[in-house]
Amino acid sequence: MRHSMYDSAVAKWDVRHPSFDVRRMREDFPILRQKVHDKPLVYLDNAATTQKPRSVIDATSRYYLAENANVHRGIHTLSEKATQAYEDARDTVRRFLNARDTREIVFVRGTTEAINLVAQSYGRTFLTAGDEIVISAMEHHSNIVPWQMLCEQMGARLRVIPFNYDGELLLDEYEKLLNERTKFVSVVHVSNALGTINPIKQIIEMAHRRNVPVLVDGAQAVAHMTVDVQELECDFYAFSGHKLFGPTGIGILYGKADLLERMPPYQGGGDMISAVTFEKTHYNTLPYKFEAGTPDIAGVIGLGVAIDYLSEIGLDAITAYEHELLAYATDALSAIKGVRIIGTAREKAGVLSFVLDGIHAHDIGTILDHEGIAIRAGHHCAMPVMQRFGVPATARASLAFYNTKEEVDALIRAIHKVIEVFG
Amino acid sequence: MSDLRELYQEVILDHNKRPRNFHKLEGANRTAEGYNPLCGDQITVSLRLEDDVIKDISFQGSGCAISKASASLMTTSVKGKTQAEAEVLFDRVHTMLTGERDTTVDPHELGKLAVLSGVCEFPARVKCASLAWHTLRAALKGDGGAVLTE
Repeated sequence: MRHSMYDSAVAKWDVRHPSFDVRRMREDFPILRQKVHDKPLVYLDNAATTQKPRSVIDATSRYYLAENANVHRGIHTLSEKATQAYEDARDTVRRFLNARDTREIVFVRGTTEAINLVAQSYGRTFLTAGDEIVISAMEHHSNIVPWQMLCEQMGARLRVIPFNYDGELLLDEYEKLLNERTKFVSVVHVSNALGTINPIKQIIEMAHRRNVPVLVDGAQAVAHMTVDVQELECDFYAFSGHKLFGPTGIGILYGKADLLERMPPYQGGGDMISAVTFEKTHYNTLPYKFEAGTPDIAGVIGLGVAIDYLSEIGLDAITAYEHELLAYATDALSAIKGVRIIGTAREKAGVLSFVLDGIHAHDIGTILDHEGIAIRAGHHCAMPVMQRFGVPATARASLAFYNTKEEVDALIRAIHKVIEVFG
Repeated sequence: MSDLRELYQEVILDHNKRPRNFHKLEGANRTAEGYNPLCGDQITVSLRLEDDVIKDISFQGSGCAISKASASLMTTSVKGKTQAEAEVLFDRVHTMLTGERDTTVDPHELGKLAVLSGVCEFPARVKCASLAWHTLRAALKGDGGAVLTE
């Protein structure tokens, strides 16, 4: 982040992006209107989960009010409607990621399940003892543990790409880790603890030179920037609906069709079969092979509506607005004596992790909450990142496009209050 | 701000800034570790137990103001107590932290520990305050295991 004085950053914004009307967009989020401890809610925990626009809430409730039926069993009208809405949402996701084919879009519970699916289905089929899996040192636990479990099962080994003190991956170290034993690479697009945007295209290219497939954990990326899986050429891309202004319990695994074709099902059950006898079961085609059981139909429909909502605003406009807001917040926060920002990569999105001299993140969290400000305090499910910086925990303010400069100001005032309490 | 002041009382802020018995304990014969996986708090409680009496006690580790102050206050209040007396104190503190105020806990019996009574208004912080006490209990039991607050 290289930025000018924050006042001028905001002034610049007003000139350059007059059409980004954050006040009007906040009206779409009913939850943001409430007070917490008699103060207007300032929601800065968007990396944990985002709030939902009314259109998403309405779509899921409309589904239960008027359209509820199971999918892919359509003899009757409601089931046909539900199936249509479900498959329309799949195409919405396909367009959102610019995937070639809806067969490449698998509905799962969230990013965690998507990674577990690939680790178990791809990993147990194509890895053997002595093989190596490369991840990075800034992964969320959900992109560490599934691979550790696979390593234990297969006798494989986990290798870890280190990062520098700004929180940027060391690509020359990554290059050294790649060898003939490397069979898989799984790396986060945007770090939830540091905000770093990793040079994912380059990371994929380097793996592909050795014919190693790559999964990208996009949980923290999709709400902040345009993602084009064809342009990235990633083999798998995973994200969660609830971090994208959609419902909880629904997520996406994108996978290249030829890879998904070669992978066995992850779970067995209804919907993932074409014929079952006690002697032999024939699996369904893509993507249904990976969707055993009745899915979260309302979640899928809600996610589709969330993507439509975002597309209407435009992710490029969101990226630009959030970039300015992050620059403003970074400048204001850095100006406070005793604050140390954790994660100072040149390319960052949405996240401000910080520590205060002699004050634990939990105490910061409690006092901020009393000012109506919701942040996260803790290790952010990324304990190795905390260890790397030698801190037990950080306070993390994370932004969405509905946050404002005034909310950042409220955060700064509240941090001064924290310092006052602890003298 | 009033209930915040209730939580962060002067005594707590003082024990956070200058924790008592915050060192490695020479000659310790009982030790236990406690973790709060939710926030990463980590504590080691060490005891020198002689003839059923806690002759000396110390703690080490990292955590928030509440967990640090609670540990510090705990060490000052159980030093010289028997195992049974420490157990009674554990129960009283536990009752206070979980907010069962209508019970028979007399604030005078708790002495300085009563400053932690504000914690029960902050459900997310109860585990911070109770971590040291659970760890003490594990140390007294002497099973050498690690305590998790989850």
